[in-house]
Amino acid sequence: MSSVIMVAVDCSECGDRAVEYALVQAKQSNSKLYVAHIIEWSQFTFSTALENAERHKRREEELHRAHSEIIDPVVNRLKAEGLEVEGLVRHGHVADTLQALAKEKGVSNIILGRQGTSMLKKHVFGSVGSRLVQSAECAVTVVP
Amino acid sequence: MSKLRVGITTLVFLFASSYAFADIGIDEKINLAIKPFADAVAGAVFSSFPVAGVQIPFVLVWLIVAATVFTFYFNFINLRAFRHGFELVRGDYHDPEAAGEVTHFQALATALSGTVGLGNIAGVAVAVSLGGPGATFWMILAGFLGMSSKFTECTLGVKYRDELPDGTVSGGPMYYLSKGLAEKGVNFAKFGKVLAVLFAIFCVGGSFGGGNMFQANQSFSQLVNVTGGDASWLADKGWLFGLIIATLVGLVIMGGIKGIARVTSKIVPFMAVTYVLAGLAIIFMNYSLVPSAIGAIIDGAFTAEGISGGVIGVLFQGFKRAAFSNEAGVGSAAIAHSAVQTNRPVTEGFVALYEPFVDTIVVCTITALVIIITGTWDPSVDPSSGVQLTSRAFESAFSWFPWILTLAVLLFAFSTMISWSYYGLKSWTYLFGENKFTDTSYKLLFLIFVVLGSSMQLGSVIDFSDAMIFAMAFPNLLGCYFLLPVVKKELNEYWDDYKSGRLVKTRVS
Repeated sequence: MSSVIMVAVDCSECGDRAVEYALVQAKQSNSKLYVAHIIEWSQFTFSTALENAERHKRREEELHRAHSEIIDPVVNRLKAEGLEVEGLVRHGHVADTLQALAKEKGVSNIILGRQGTSMLKKHVFGSVGSRLVQSAECAVTVVP
Repeated sequence: MSKLRVGITTLVFLFASSYAFADIGIDEKINLAIKPFADAVAGAVFSSFPVAGVQIPFVLVWLIVAATVFTFYFNFINLRAFRHGFELVRGDYHDPEAAGEVTHFQALATALSGTVGLGNIAGVAVAVSLGGPGATFWMILAGFLGMSSKFTECTLGVKYRDELPDGTVSGGPMYYLSKGLAEKGVNFAKFGKVLAVLFAIFCVGGSFGGGNMFQANQSFSQLVNVTGGDASWLADKGWLFGLIIATLVGLVIMGGIKGIARVTSKIVPFMAVTYVLAGLAIIFMNYSLVPSAIGAIIDGAFTAEGISGGVIGVLFQGFKRAAFSNEAGVGSAAIAHSAVQTNRPVTEGFVALYEPFVDTIVVCTITALVIIITGTWDPSVDPSSGVQLTSRAFESAFSWFPWILTLAVLLFAFSTMISWSYYGLKSWTYLFGENKFTDTSYKLLFLIFVVLGSSMQLGSVIDFSDAMIFAMAFPNLLGCYFLLPVVKKELNEYWDDYKSGRLVKTRVS
């Protein structure tokens, strides 16, 4: 086990290409592979009393759905290739949470696809990829 | 499909009911039918005794005494934990494992959107026009003491909340009164149950009155005012306004159209900030008048010239409006705060300190300063009252502001209604059980009251609904007195951990 790689997936096809790339890398270097999905969430949003009361339940549902619809198919496919794979789902700011996860799991390379965010959003907030490249403490590979 | 069907059914139902009410002048009949009962309840809750020639309602003394006792019992928690409360709201101690759950910030913002509203705009104007600038001083003092009441009830709200099997959270005075007092023995259990049921009954009443009819009524009156007063096309169309608001509220609470609620919950803080900034702008534009305004507030608090009832009268106005505005001691906010994710209930108590602070000490004081600086409070300068008075004060600096204020009033009223519909529903299902029928029947009643509130002159019913909100403070605070040691134990354990650095700080600043 030489290194640990983490691939970030959302549901877009860019994530698929990142997964293909991660698969090749992980095979070559015989690395452990984490498949991570971040549910966009902030602790500073406004909500109604009813939404708050149901929040815990919704969170469980979100985590469950993320695992069954996004993470599990990818993890199963990679496992079939004979890799050591683990799926991770977290809530939070996408770039910051990926970075924190990478640190926590001792990841040496974060692989992610270039996302199709709108120009405006990209200009205002920056893309996840560029943010990670600037601040991550490990290698970051952005797959076009 | 089913959402649509619910929406349409609601609409048809409301049309039918409001036509029935609007046509035959049934408001008179309802007034007459309810009046004896309403007057009896209002009379009991607001029963007063004379102090230096002023009739002071007992409930006001009840609220202020409790807030003062709690402040001393917790050794000025409203000052001690002020900084730590801010750190908690800012997320300094946020547990990354709990990402995605309700944070302190979210619980506070939700509770605030239920309290910031007409009380801050209309109530302050009433206090200053009746009690003079000095009423502001007592309002601020009442807000400061009220922080300790909020601390107590919100800590209890989280400690004794119900975490239901389906993953939702339910909390509030009904739960801490029954579960908390039950820990003290068999007789206390019965006593607690009685208090909880009383609270729930009053809360349902309050949700139809102050949390609903009063909001609809006042926002309609501001809308009529801004569109031309009595000559306005809208002046005799309260039922139409009521129908529109009831439809919107109905879409949210019955149709499950969460989008409307979500949009409102985002716009309301924005409107509140706009209101505060406009107020600060007026204060800065007239900065040379600020020292004399502050002088008038302090002088007026102790020397009440020309105010009916003298100093006691001024004090009464300030305390009353502060209590109306921040609802500290009433118990309503404990329902909203209890959904927070934390395993230390007292942390939400610290956060709740900010509710009366923001509501009363910040927003109400700004309103008061604007009214005093612009001189509109003086009845010889401007004879209007309530929302209109605040509107005039802002208008004297920004001619277009009444429109913004109208929008703010409408949105505040709407979000207050959504919040109170939730408080009322929780109390209703506490009384009658949680099922589809009880749920729907409450919501339909709630919508009918929206239409009633905006289409009628409901003098005695409004008195009654104010009385219901204040009545909530009797069972709530009585139970809180008995549960003070529970809060103190939680507080001391936590404070030790905090002071000795055993708490994990996740954000270093």
